[in-house]
Amino acid sequence: MEEKEFTIITFSENSIGLLNRLTIIFTRRHLNIESLTVSESALHGIFKFTIVVKSTQSNIEKVVKQIEKVVDVLKAFYLCEDEIIYQEVALYKVPTEAVTQSNEIEMLVRKHNARILEITPDYTAIEKTGHKDETQQLFDDMKKFKVMQFTRSGRVAITKARRERLSEYLHKLDTEKLMVKED
Amino acid sequence: MSTKKISGSEAVVLSLLEEGVDTIFGYPGGAIMPVYDLLYDYQDKIKHILVRHEQGAVHAAQGYSRVSGNVGVCMVTSGPGATNVTTGLADAMLDSTPIICISGQVHAPLLGTDAFQETDVMGFSMPLTKWNIQVTKVEDIPGAIAKAFYIATTGRPGPVMIDITKDAQFNELDYAYEKCKDVRSYVPRPILKMDYVEKAAELINKAKKPLALVGQGVILSGAEKEMLAFIEKAGIPAAWTLLGASAIPTEHPLNVGMLGMHGNYGPNIKTNESDLLIALGMRFDDRVTGKVDTYGTMAKVVHFEIDPAEVNKNVQSEVAVIADIKETFEAILPLIEKQEREEWLNQFKNAYQYEYEKVIKDDLHPEKEGLTMGEVVRMVNEKMDGEAICITDVGQHQMVASRYFKFKNTRSLVTSGGLGTMGFGLPAAFGAQTALPDKPVVLFVGDGGIQMTIQELGTMAQNNAKVKIVLLNNNFLGMVRQWQDLFFDKRYSSTELINPDFITIAKGFGVEGNTVDTRDNLESSIDKMFKHDGPYLLEVKVEKEGNVFPMVPAGASVSDIRLD
Repeated sequence: MEEKEFTIITFSENSIGLLNRLTIIFTRRHLNIESLTVSESALHGIFKFTIVVKSTQSNIEKVVKQIEKVVDVLKAFYLCEDEIIYQEVALYKVPTEAVTQSNEIEMLVRKHNARILEITPDYTAIEKTGHKDETQQLFDDMKKFKVMQFTRSGRVAITKARRERLSEYLHKLDTEKLMVKED
Repeated sequence: MSTKKISGSEAVVLSLLEEGVDTIFGYPGGAIMPVYDLLYDYQDKIKHILVRHEQGAVHAAQGYSRVSGNVGVCMVTSGPGATNVTTGLADAMLDSTPIICISGQVHAPLLGTDAFQETDVMGFSMPLTKWNIQVTKVEDIPGAIAKAFYIATTGRPGPVMIDITKDAQFNELDYAYEKCKDVRSYVPRPILKMDYVEKAAELINKAKKPLALVGQGVILSGAEKEMLAFIEKAGIPAAWTLLGASAIPTEHPLNVGMLGMHGNYGPNIKTNESDLLIALGMRFDDRVTGKVDTYGTMAKVVHFEIDPAEVNKNVQSEVAVIADIKETFEAILPLIEKQEREEWLNQFKNAYQYEYEKVIKDDLHPEKEGLTMGEVVRMVNEKMDGEAICITDVGQHQMVASRYFKFKNTRSLVTSGGLGTMGFGLPAAFGAQTALPDKPVVLFVGDGGIQMTIQELGTMAQNNAKVKIVLLNNNFLGMVRQWQDLFFDKRYSSTELINPDFITIAKGFGVEGNTVDTRDNLESSIDKMFKHDGPYLLEVKVEKEGNVFPMVPAGASVSDIRLD
């Protein structure tokens, strides 16, 4: 089966070691995590992991089941690229001298829809949001100006489906557990 | 809820009492000493059994749990005490055994400083447990223990590790205990979906050559009776996995034998003739399936399983019912048409007859020189008639015992299946005997495996655990030697053992024993063993180079099973 890029979204309790529990699952299957973002979700106290990984569909299905098996995980699911809207943030630091010497950097900032965050006599900080190929392109275009620092975040993603899967799931969980208790 | 102020250590002991614990297998040390100090006050309520090595404690807890269905509890100190239980945790994880291991840890402020006997217990036990927790605050102790018992015992059971810092054991809390009944993110009992039950029933009713694969899930769910009602009504031949052994009695007419690498000929060969494999609480381990691409080639698969992660993991199923299997059996039984599949069943009988002539006869009733492992197991059967509990270590004797031991009651085989842990047998037998002091417990063990945990003979002697140890000694690491014989040109690399005098060793520990090396003396030696009131080691010198057959070579198809 063909390998492709998947985004695994996991909602969990905020417990110590949870990230370790998740990465163990990838390590066991010899999968390399391409990018990882963790932060509190829209629901207070519930954390959202967005993990990008390249693998086959059948492998990813098994990985997601293993993730869901982790006691502190509420819900995990995987999505293909066409099912999500996603972004990454990149930050660049270039010498201010390079910005003032010509208008090339200014042109690049305009062309790439980037923005300038801070200008000091020494450096200028630039931010660009987009997909990896886009943030990479800006980096490549600015290379000749001797970029002092460059960093890119992990992916954040929302689904194209209309409803938030987690709240739907939590509701289902409540009613199902109620059913179990009643019988 | 009334509260009272007590130490963290006392909270540990009281919480265990609340969960019905009356036995702990353990080994003290610096970081767990406050709890041991409290155990001294509670000796009338909780029996602490001092093992000789922490690995012994965890395997004893496993044996205790496997025969009784209760949680096995072990207690160890930090650092090496904790790392020594890892093998048992991994074993319990693969074999779904509910055990709880409590380890002491250095004072919380010392965490991460490479303090004396500090190790990253959370880190190393994470992949080996169903759940683990480190407690650094005294007030969290009762909640952690309650949650540990809930998680270990519900759903698909498994091991839980609780690491408690020494300061948390010393400090005081307002103690109150409340059993855990729910964890928001954890669904131990998935809802049975009736439409899948109906689809499964339809496939089962239509099948011409169905084969039931009985796994440990049936035992863990306590669904043995319901399983029998199901296969009897549907008239389905039932084969069992190593861990599913004893769920169905040996003498049951629908019992067609063991699956897998050293299982019976019939169930393996018929797997690829069956048109419907009905997996009952089993996980299609590679030792069962052989080469998975050529497994069940003619069959659709129906999978009854509580753990969603097992469904479609190794073998794709047509219909999966994800629920507690007892519920599944109850739901499906009314939908099952009564059938008798005499001709199909006869094919298994013929296959057994073929295997009997080719393999079993010479195993159980050999005429050649040299005792076989099979005839020893047969002789034990004749004395015990299915009433004994069989414990095994890992290797050739394990396969022979599982194949030939006569099972009458459920939970009467305890063996390390998933992990294949040599050294498991002796402490597991001790744990089983501790749970059921009046039951005959027979341990089959090899000369390799017994030496991995032989120090637990001391524990047996100290506690007068009446385990009957049948040491099948061929002076080889027999299973590895068999593979070298069959697949490595008989190059016996590091498999021959020059063994100690086992009887002298046993006697040194205070365990009676005897050696037998002739067929003529076998029966009287076994009689003598069973007559002895106390632990006993019977060393049987068996043929040196016996091989276990049938065998599905690793990576081969189940239908390529070899009889010699």
